[in-house]
Amino acid sequence: MSELAIQASELTRKFGDFTAVDRISFDVKAGEVFGFLGANGAGKTTAMRMMIGLLSPTGGSARVAGFDVYTQSEQIKRSIGYMSQRFSLYEDLTPRENIRLYGGIYGLTLAQIRERTDRMLTRLGMMNQADEAVRSLPLGWRQKLAFSVALVHQPRIVFLDEPTSGVDPVVRRQFWELIYEAASNGTTVLVTTHYMDEAEYCDRISIMVDGRIGAMGSPRELKDQFGAETIDEVFVKLARPAA
Amino acid sequence: MTALRGLLRKEFFHIRRDKRTAAVLVMLPVVQVLLFGYAIRTDVNDVRLAVVDPSPDSATIDLRNRFAAAGIFRIVATAPRTDDLNRLFQTGAAEQAIVFRPGFAEDLRRTEPAQLLVITDATEPNTGALLQAYAQAVVQQYQADLTRSAPQSASGARSIRPAITIAPIVRTRFNPTRASSNLFVPGLMAFVLTIISSLMTAITLTREKETGTMEALLVSPLRPWEIIAGKVVPYLAIGFAAVVLVLVEALIVFRVPLRGSVLLLLFEGALYILVSLNFGILISSRTSSQRLAMLGVFLTTLLPNILLSGFIFPLESMPAVLRWISFVVPGRWFVTIARGIMLKGIGLEYLWRETLYMTALAFGLLVVSLRSFNERLE
Repeated sequence: MSELAIQASELTRKFGDFTAVDRISFDVKAGEVFGFLGANGAGKTTAMRMMIGLLSPTGGSARVAGFDVYTQSEQIKRSIGYMSQRFSLYEDLTPRENIRLYGGIYGLTLAQIRERTDRMLTRLGMMNQADEAVRSLPLGWRQKLAFSVALVHQPRIVFLDEPTSGVDPVVRRQFWELIYEAASNGTTVLVTTHYMDEAEYCDRISIMVDGRIGAMGSPRELKDQFGAETIDEVFVKLARPAA
Repeated sequence: MTALRGLLRKEFFHIRRDKRTAAVLVMLPVVQVLLFGYAIRTDVNDVRLAVVDPSPDSATIDLRNRFAAAGIFRIVATAPRTDDLNRLFQTGAAEQAIVFRPGFAEDLRRTEPAQLLVITDATEPNTGALLQAYAQAVVQQYQADLTRSAPQSASGARSIRPAITIAPIVRTRFNPTRASSNLFVPGLMAFVLTIISSLMTAITLTREKETGTMEALLVSPLRPWEIIAGKVVPYLAIGFAAVVLVLVEALIVFRVPLRGSVLLLLFEGALYILVSLNFGILISSRTSSQRLAMLGVFLTTLLPNILLSGFIFPLESMPAVLRWISFVVPGRWFVTIARGIMLKGIGLEYLWRETLYMTALAFGLLVVSLRSFNERLE
């Protein structure tokens, strides 16, 4: 495994005349929890979609898990997990069936799937709901389950696109515990969010403004650099430099 | 391959869990065929016939009786003059009229062309044409009987030449009972299969886009063809079951003949389902919501398959432009094939062209939809 999980250099994506992502460069170290912050439309999701192979870049280069985003998207797909903004589980299937489906898609054996299903559901405290339709579970539970399913094949990197939007603070806390657990097991986590308090949980963050990286560093460094008390303040100063 | 198997399992779960949709999928074809089979009928019965007979006589009364005895005509008015006809037609009291020329019987006897006018209400052209043909058939039969029973002259030549002047009669081959369900059921098969295949694939694919699960599949190592196959196979199976169901219904309830090969018909049915599925995939790859997909399927697939397949409206009477468009309407080929196999009992030796067109459509669409599926990732 290379030391760097993600390496992006001058990565650019244009849609016609509009530049959604403008020459962003950053590195994410293996095992790091890296936060992508930014206002809506700042280019977080577009940047992430280029890294996971849903969108091809129009300029620059990037390597994910050591593979090139232009030519090796197949290998990238096998090495990553992804949880989208929108819910990615099948609501009419049960948690067990969802795990089995995605486990099968990622080429796990039935024995592996069975073992991981039990471990996962026990960890989430969902053993009693294992055979109920996902639809009937509370939103927070579903999000935690979706995160675990994104990790079912033990990917080297997991991409989370606003995983906690719409869930209550208690569940958000639990969710971040899951993220830390994954990171301590060596999984690199790249997470986008617009909750500034969540940014404090990240090892390093980058704040995107209008398609560019406005600032990057650990939460501590950024607050020092901008003379701010909180990341929230840093963000406001960045987003409105004139104010 | 395990991945694909998982996908297929999942799709069957969807179908099984969504009881209402599953019920619709199974019951819809059966109910549709029943409804359409009974509702869309161009068979004519109880035709309201007016008779204008200025000089009643044994010949005209004989012919009138033949109309009455034909079983489908009911003589609603008999008048010596044509004055009333307009009113009868306008009020709808009469759908058809036969008008004898004064001296009809006299002309017959003198072997001069005896003239008879048949007027038909052609508000509905198809029905009108049918009525016209029925009336002509009655007259022709009468003429034939007259000829046969004509007294022989001394020289052995017939002394009476049949001379009732009528327009040539169009024979209806292959459907001598004129049962419209025979014609409609094959067309209906195309229609219900389109609903299952195109509509269901388009809807379930766009549903996955709406819920976000499609993204999860696209980010996974699954290849586009696997994602598509995961959708196509289950609905191909259901569509095939529907073909069998509708066919059994057609044979038992409507007693539509099946003169050709069942195997060939099932094969063509499967081919047609494949074409329709590919239409559904293509549409779903170009639309982002279930609602749009539904509209798309309705406009580009369902409507053309009803209007331009020859299912209800004969293609022969359409403007050339529409006939050209009908070349890419899969229903057109399937309806021809199904009618050919069921009613005429013909096989591939006559239907290879239609089969070839459908095969070309199936693969053409598959290539296009796979490509637009890939493009979407860009």
